Amino acid sequence: MQQVDRRVFVKKMAISAAVLAAVSMFPGIIFAEEQEQNIPKGDLEWKKAPCRFCGVGCGLLIGISKNKAVAVKGDPKSEVNKGLCCVKGYHSVMALYGKDRLTKPLVKKNGIYVETSMKEALDLVASKMKGTIKSHGKDSVAIYGSGQWSIADGYIASKLFKGCIGTNNIEANARLCMASAVTGFMTSFGADEPMGCYEDIDHANAYILWGNNMAEMHPVLFSRMLDQRLKRNAKIVDFATRTTRTSMAADKSILFKPQTDLAVANAICYEIIKNGWMNKNFVAKHCKFNAGKTNIGYGLTDDFKFKDEPKQIDFASYKKFLEDYTPEKVEKYSGVSARDIKYMASIYGDPNKKVVSFWCMGPNQHTRGTWMNNLIYNIHLLTGKISSPGNSPFSLTGQPSACGTAREVGTFTHKLPKGLVTNEKDRAFAAKIWGVPVENIPDKPTHHTVSMFRALDRGEIKFMWIQVTNPMVTMPNLKRYRNGAEKEGRFIVVSDVYPTPTTDVADVILPSAMWIEKTGLFGNSERRTQFWEQMVTPPGEAMDDGMQLLEVAKRLGYGKYFPYSKDKFVEEVYTEYTKHHAGKKHEMAPLEVLKKESGMIWPFVEGKPTKWRFNSKYDPACETEGFHFYGNEDGRATIWQRPYEPAAESPDDEYPFWLNTGRVVEHWHSGSMTRRISVLHKAMPNSYVELNPEEAKKMGIKNKDKVKLTTRRGSIVMLASVNERGIPPKGQVFVPFFDEHFLINEITLDSYCPISNEPDYKKCAVKVEKV
Amino acid sequence: MPIKSYIAHPTEGRRNELIMKLKEFSSCNITPATNQEIVIVVTDTFSNEEDLALHEKLINLPELKHLTLVSGFSDEEIIN
Repeated sequence: MQQVDRRVFVKKMAISAAVLAAVSMFPGIIFAEEQEQNIPKGDLEWKKAPCRFCGVGCGLLIGISKNKAVAVKGDPKSEVNKGLCCVKGYHSVMALYGKDRLTKPLVKKNGIYVETSMKEALDLVASKMKGTIKSHGKDSVAIYGSGQWSIADGYIASKLFKGCIGTNNIEANARLCMASAVTGFMTSFGADEPMGCYEDIDHANAYILWGNNMAEMHPVLFSRMLDQRLKRNAKIVDFATRTTRTSMAADKSILFKPQTDLAVANAICYEIIKNGWMNKNFVAKHCKFNAGKTNIGYGLTDDFKFKDEPKQIDFASYKKFLEDYTPEKVEKYSGVSARDIKYMASIYGDPNKKVVSFWCMGPNQHTRGTWMNNLIYNIHLLTGKISSPGNSPFSLTGQPSACGTAREVGTFTHKLPKGLVTNEKDRAFAAKIWGVPVENIPDKPTHHTVSMFRALDRGEIKFMWIQVTNPMVTMPNLKRYRNGAEKEGRFIVVSDVYPTPTTDVADVILPSAMWIEKTGLFGNSERRTQFWEQMVTPPGEAMDDGMQLLEVAKRLGYGKYFPYSKDKFVEEVYTEYTKHHAGKKHEMAPLEVLKKESGMIWPFVEGKPTKWRFNSKYDPACETEGFHFYGNEDGRATIWQRPYEPAAESPDDEYPFWLNTGRVVEHWHSGSMTRRISVLHKAMPNSYVELNPEEAKKMGIKNKDKVKLTTRRGSIVMLASVNERGIPPKGQVFVPFFDEHFLINEITLDSYCPISNEPDYKKCAVKVEKV
Repeated sequence: MPIKSYIAHPTEGRRNELIMKLKEFSSCNITPATNQEIVIVVTDTFSNEEDLALHEKLINLPELKHLTLVSGFSDEEIIN
C-alpha cells in the first residue's frame, strides 16, 4: 500500500476508533456525516436492502462498484431508521469479504475435509437423506434453520420437509430467542406479533424497558427514543438485572433480582387496580380473565411434556390473587423497593401518559417466558394502553427475519405458514397452496429445538441439515449437543458463509450466498416486510440457501412441487407464499410495492399498511367499533393470572452466583460475521466475565485477571471485566456469548419455558474463582 | 507525522461555534455527532512539534469544554 493510501486508511481507523469510543460513552449516538464522508468517490450504484443484522430492520443503501459492495449509508426514506445507521449496520458489507469465506463445498472423508463440486455435494446430501428416510423413517431427518433465513428460504424448507417429505422435523433458532413472545401473543390475543409499530416511539411519553439493553442491542431504536426525550421530554425507565449502557442513559434505572420480574409485574397490576387506575370500561368490553396450570416445571428431562389448561376466572378472583403481590411483599424478594414498584405503576396508571413497553431476550429467555409476556400485556390491558399510537406493549426481535420467516412462514415443528399442523383445516389449506396431498403433512408436532438436539443425541434423528445458524455456539448445555452431533451414525450438513464451531461437526459443508449476494425478503419486528435484489455475485460456488434446498428437492423427486424459474424463484416463491396470508388480518404487500418502498407493514389492505391492529380506527379487519381482538374467537384479549415461580436453578452454597449471558453492541449473536469485520473485532476482540466491582475486590480479581467459572455442566476460564461495559449487582456475573473461543454455553443450563419451549440463557448458578 | 483522534465536548450552547472554529484548522477533520453535542476531531500533522502546537491551540478554544484523546498513530505505524 502506498503511503498516501496508508495515511487515508489510518485516518479512517482513527475516526472509527473515536466513533466506537463515542458509542460507548453516548448510547444511541449517530454520526450521519461520517457515513457520508467515508463513502468512496466515483460512480456508485446505490441499491436498497434491509440490514443483515438485528431485528430492527433498518433500511440501508448499499453502494456497489464493479460487482463489489463498497459503501453503506442509512436509507433516509426508511421509516424504521430515517437515514440513521448503527455501528454494525454501517460496517455490514465488510462481513461479505472476510478472508476465510467458504467458497467451495467440503465433504469430510476419513476425518479430513475435501473440496468437491456443488453438484457432487448436493448429490451426496440428497442420497444421504433418501437413504436415512428409507432405513429409519421420515422423522429421522431434520432441518434446523434460522430467523436469518430469508422468507423464500424458510418457505421452501417448510414446504419440502412438511409438505413433501412428510415430517414436522423443522425448527429455527428463533425458538431460542422469541418463542416466548409468540406464545405470549397467542395466549393473550390469539394472534402473533406486535399490534403497534415503531411510530409508537414518536407518540409515547414514557418507555419502560423490561430486561432490554436497547442501547447495545437495538441502538437505532434507542437513538429514536433519546431524540424524543430531547424533543418532548419523554422518559426512559430501564428495568433490568444489571447496570448497562441503557441504564446509564435512562432517566431511571431499577434493578431486580433474576426471575422476580414475574412478581414485580403482578405488583404493578395490583397497584393499578388498588389506585383506581384500571380502565374499567376497556376491561369490561374487551378483556377476559384466565388462569393456567402452576408449578409447571422446567423441561430438564428428555421425557418432559407439558400442556396448559386455561380456566376462565372472574375479576374478583384475579384481584384476590394479586393480594400476594403488594409492593411491600414483593420488595422483600425482588430487590425492588416498594417505592420503585409504585413509581412504575404510576407511569402506566397515569391516564395522561402514553406508554410503550419494550422487551426482548430478558422476558423471552426465561423459564416462565410466556408468563412474563402475558404479564406485560396484563398491565397494558388493565390500563387500556394498547393498539393506539404511543400505547404499545412491544416485543422486539433479535434477528432480521425472526418475524418475517420463522413466525410468519412458520418454520417451527407445530406451525404452518397459516395455522397449526394439528388443525385439519389448516393442513388442508397449506396442502392446497403447496399442491401436495394433504396426507403428506403430519398432524402432530415432533421436536422443538432443544428436544430436536436431544433426539439427535439419542440417535432418533440421524440426519440434520443446519442452515444460516451456529448452534454449536448458541445451544445451552452445549457439550451434550456437540457430543450428540459428533456421534457415529449421525450425518450433519451445514450451509454457512464462514467456518464456525458448527461447520466443525459437519459431514458436508455447503458454502452459502450471503445477504445481498442473493435476492431476498426479511420481515422485521414491526411487521414490515422488506425486499432486496441481488447486488453482487457470491464468491466461488457459494449458493443461495433456498436454491440449495430446491436442488436437493429435485434430487429427492419433488421437483414438480417447486416449479420455479432459476432466476426469479425468490419472487415466485413470495407470490405463492402470500396466498397463505390473504385477507384483511394478514394481507402482505405485493412485490411491486416492496420493490419500490423501504418495506411495508402488514396487514396491507387496499394499498395501505395497518399500523395499529385490533383498533377499528386503524385496522380494517376489526368487525366491531373500537377495539376488536379478533385473534380470539370472542374478540376479547386475555388477562392471565400468572404467579411468581423460582428459576430452574438458583445460587446456593456451592454455586453462589447467578450467571447471565447476552450480547454486546459490536458483535452480532455468535460473532461469525462481526468478528470478521476488523473495526468491530478490534473494538471487542474477546469475550469476558463481568463482575461486581466490590465482589471482585473482595476476591482479589482485577481487570483482565483470569477467572474460572464453574456450573454443574462444567468450567470455563476467561478474563475478568470490572467497571467496564456493564456492572452486575452483587451475586451476579455476566458473559457475552459472541466469542467461539470462550463457549459460555458449554456451562449454561438447558431449562426452558414449558409453554414456549424457549431456553433460559439468563439464569443458572455458577461458582467464580480467581485462577 | 502523527494522526490522532479526539472526542471534543463543547462548552454549553457553543457547539456550532466550536464546529466553525475547528473547521478553520487545516490539520483538523471534524465529524459532528448527529444527535449528541460532541464532535469527533482527527488531527493530521507533519511533526510532533506541530501536533503539540495544534493540541495547545485546541484546548485553549473557549468554545471547547473538554478534549478526550481516543487514538494516536505514530509515523512508524502509518508507514507500516
